[in-house]
Formats: sequence, structure tokens, C-alpha cells
Amino acid sequence: MAAARYTRATLVRELGFVAVAAIFCVPFYLLVAIALETTAQADTTPLAFPRPPHFGNFSTAWRTGGQFGLGHALQSSLIITVSSVAGLIVLGSLCAYTIARRKSRLSDVVYILFVLAIILPFQLAIIPLFVELRHLGLVGNYAGMIVLNIGLLMPLTVFLYTGFIRALPRDYEEAARVDGARLLRTYARIVFPLLRPITGTAAVLLAVIVWNEFFVALIFLAGSRYQTLPVALYTFAGDYTARWNLVFAGVAIAIAPLLGFFVFAQRELIRGFTAGVKG
Amino acid sequence: MDSLRPLVKPPERSRRGVRQVPWLLALPGVAALVAFHLVPVGFGAYYAFTSWNGLTHASWVGLQNFRDIVDDATARGALLHTLELAGSFVALANGIGLALALGLNRALKTRHLLRSLFFAPVALSPLAIGFLWSWIFAYQGALNRLLGSIGLSSLERAWLGDPSTALWTILVVMVWQFSGLAMVLYLAGLQGISDDVYEATLVDGASPWFRFRKVVLPLLAPALTVSATITLIIGMRAFDQVKALTNGGPVAATETLSTQIYSQTFALGRFGYGSAFALLLAALLAVAALTQLALLRRNEARL
Repeated sequence: MAAARYTRATLVRELGFVAVAAIFCVPFYLLVAIALETTAQADTTPLAFPRPPHFGNFSTAWRTGGQFGLGHALQSSLIITVSSVAGLIVLGSLCAYTIARRKSRLSDVVYILFVLAIILPFQLAIIPLFVELRHLGLVGNYAGMIVLNIGLLMPLTVFLYTGFIRALPRDYEEAARVDGARLLRTYARIVFPLLRPITGTAAVLLAVIVWNEFFVALIFLAGSRYQTLPVALYTFAGDYTARWNLVFAGVAIAIAPLLGFFVFAQRELIRGFTAGVKG
Repeated sequence: MDSLRPLVKPPERSRRGVRQVPWLLALPGVAALVAFHLVPVGFGAYYAFTSWNGLTHASWVGLQNFRDIVDDATARGALLHTLELAGSFVALANGIGLALALGLNRALKTRHLLRSLFFAPVALSPLAIGFLWSWIFAYQGALNRLLGSIGLSSLERAWLGDPSTALWTILVVMVWQFSGLAMVLYLAGLQGISDDVYEATLVDGASPWFRFRKVVLPLLAPALTVSATITLIIGMRAFDQVKALTNGGPVAATETLSTQIYSQTFALGRFGYGSAFALLLAALLAVAALTQLALLRRNEARL
């Protein structure tokens, strides 16, 4: 972008935006300050930053928060997120590859159905799915939650990959196929590596969605040992109503991993959300 | 390039089945579409007309569930709150997002940092953000302490416990968390505006309003369409923030369709009645999204 002139008016605007940003960040300050306060401090002088900071809230939240400890919930969230995203990437990219490379009425129809399924609220599907998965013994464990995440987020994954693959030249894969390479091998060795940019974007967007998902996780995992961070945080906050220093330590534990992730993956996340603007 | 293909193509490649990618590769993905979307949506829509309890055989009750929704003040409220919340959320998040995008598009030295800052909450758990704000709005919380310290004690109130303000606290939290999402979508749209065009309007001495209306806005139309649709979906499905801030209270003043789906179905076991709420949400979302798309597309063409 060409350098626009930096005038006095620009400076005023800059200061204005910095001021707005400072106000915008107040909730984050409160989060850190109160999470580090003793109960007495949180009740009397919550706005002052505690000196010295009190770290006890974090160990309480980590070990006992939400029945099994937020530390345990963090582990569940990691297992569920990594498995769900890996499954989505492998199965979703293969599906999108087929849709993008087959030029037929049928593949167009299948693609449109995937796009429609993104907009349709999962709340309607989740009721019969809950009953069916309960029959199959898939409620209240990792396997059920992972299968469910893969099923529910498949349309978004296929949408992201299809747009990218359609714009990808066929030359490499066709050259490989001429050499007699088998289809899956061509896919794994030639096509999938070419998809790395969209794989990064999709993985980040899907990870954020799965990690933060609350409605479905509450229905399927509440009360089980496998509950994810949001479900455990919900239980924890219910157990400690008005013990804000403890609740805030829990909130900080729930938020910190993704805030760290955000610092590294911000570009991919933006690309994931803006896929529709350019497509 | 297409014209060169026959020359380099060995004869056996034209045989059917050799070049085409087989549907077999798409099978797991398509199975997910059928088993987790198409079929359960169909069953969900069917259960909306039954008195199913999730265990025994579902018996058909016609429109009874929808009559119950109309007759029940809490259910009517949930519908109304969802519409109020989603409508205000779409307007505010997009207005603020657009203002941020325009302000942070160029010139400012701190623009990259500020963009990251405003976008960061989008990546965080809406439930956790809800708990964070529930202390700000609590009676002994930050907002009332601030009002007291600047001599506005008369405005202090139980923001979450007062039926006239509770729903709007949820709106504030959602706008705070997701305006940055609208911002990045508009920034992506603004990248399509060439500097030459922009500089030319500066040189011509065009008024800022003219520049915005004739140069910037037309190019932002696709971003507006996407942003309005995504924020609409977020607004209509509001659940996490409600659970964290008010849990539907006080006196059902913040019940939404999603909280009703949850409590009717999974807390009270009324699977048929809950499905009716879910069908209502799906229908509303479909109608709202399609209307919005049609309006925006028409404007896109006109701009």
C-alpha cells in the first residue's frame, strides 16, 4: 500500500484509535488483576492490581475446577480438537478433491448441499443425533465427540478446500498419473502437499471452532470425565458463584491457550474467515 | 493449454475411469453430509410435529407444539429476544466493524497492532468472555464502581438482574467480541481498492462522503454480504453468552431460541417441543439469510 501522507489530522485519528483500543482492553486488565487477587481483595479493592499477586486461584482452578480439574479438561480439549481437526483435514480434503475434479451435474449438486449445510443451524440436527448416538454408546466419551465434530464441520471443511482446489492447476497430478502412480499415492504425494496453504487456514479455523464449542459439548459431555474446557468452566463457575477471583482464574486458563495460538495463527484465522469474501 | 493436451496425452488416459477421480474418495465426506446433516435435519423437522420424549415411539400431534409456543409467554419472549438480539447485533457489529476497518485501513503507524487487538477476542471462547463480562455488569462490579466514582451513582443498577437491561448486556458482550470479525472482513474488501483510484479522488478534491459513497462502498459490497451473513448466524444462535451472563433470567427476560432448545429438550426431556423451537430457528435463519442475501445482492448490482 502506498504511503499516505501523515498529517496532523492523521495523528489525531491515531491517538483517538489508541484511546479506543485502551478502553477495549479494560476487560483483559480486569481478568488478569482479579484472577491474581485473594478473595478479600476481590471483594474490597478489585480494580487495583494486587501486590504481591496471589497465584493460589490458578492451582485451585487447575486441580479442582469443574469436578475433575481444568487441567484435565484442557487435556480433553486437546485430544478432541487435534483428533477432530486431523480427521476433518484428511476426509474433507479428499472429498473436496473429488468434487472439484469431477465436472458433472452430480458434483455441483453435492457441493451445493454442503454449502447449504453450513448455513442450516446444527440445533435442528443435534436432537435426533443425540438420541441416535446415545443408542450407539457414543455420548459421554471421546470417540462420540470426535465423530460428531467431524460430521458437523465436514461441510465447512469441504467448502474451504473445494474453492482452493478448483483454482489449482491439474498439471502436476496429471503428470504423476501418466507415470502410472496410483490415485491415493498421487493424492498423498502430489496433491495434498500443494494444498498446504488452505490446510493451514482450515486447520486453524476448525481448531478455534472445535476448541470453543459449548452447546454440543454441554449436551454430549457434561458430567463426564471427558468434558472440554468450556463445559468444565461452566461447571466451575456454577460451583463458585460470586467467588470472582477463582472464576477469573478459570476464565484465564480457558482463554490463555487460544490467545497464545492466536498470536501465531492470526493470519490463517483471518484467511479462513475471509474465504467467502474473495470466493 | 487445453489445446496442447491431446498431443501429450497417451492413448490409454482417455479410457473411462482412468482420469476421473472416483467418488469412493469422497465417500466419508458425503456420508458425513448425509448422516450428520441431511437425515437428522429431516428427522428433526418431523419430531417438531410430535410429542416425542426421546425414548418411546414418537406420536404425531400436528401443530400442537407451535400452538404451545404461541400460547407460552416464555416461548414468545425467546422468539422476540432472538430477533431483537440478532437484529441489533448485525447492525452494531457491522457499523463498528466498518468504522474500524476504514479508520485502520491506511496511514496509521499502529494499524497492524490495533487490528490484531480488535480481532483477538474473535478467537476466544464466547462462554469464557461471557463470564469475564458478567463481573463487569454485576451489582458490585466494574461498571457500577466506575459510575459511582465519577458521581453518577444514580445510574447504578443490577444490570444483569433488571429485566429491562439484561438482554442489552448480552448485546454489548457480543458486539465487543465480534466487531473485530466484521472489521477483518471489511479490511479484506478494502484491499481490492487500488491506491491509484483512491489517490485520484484525493487529488480531485472529492468530498470524503463522495469518496466513500462512490469509490469505497461499491467495492465493499461483497464484504458486506459475507459479514452480514456471518454476524446474522452468530446473532440468531446466541447461547454461550446467555448461559454465562444471565442463564435466561431474570424472569425469562433473556431466553433465546437456543436456550429454549437446550432446556426444553435436554433438561426437561421434551424432545418434540424442543425440536419445534429448533425448526423455528432453522426456518427463521433461512428466511433472514435469504432475504438479507437478496437485498444485498440487489444493492451490490446497483452500487
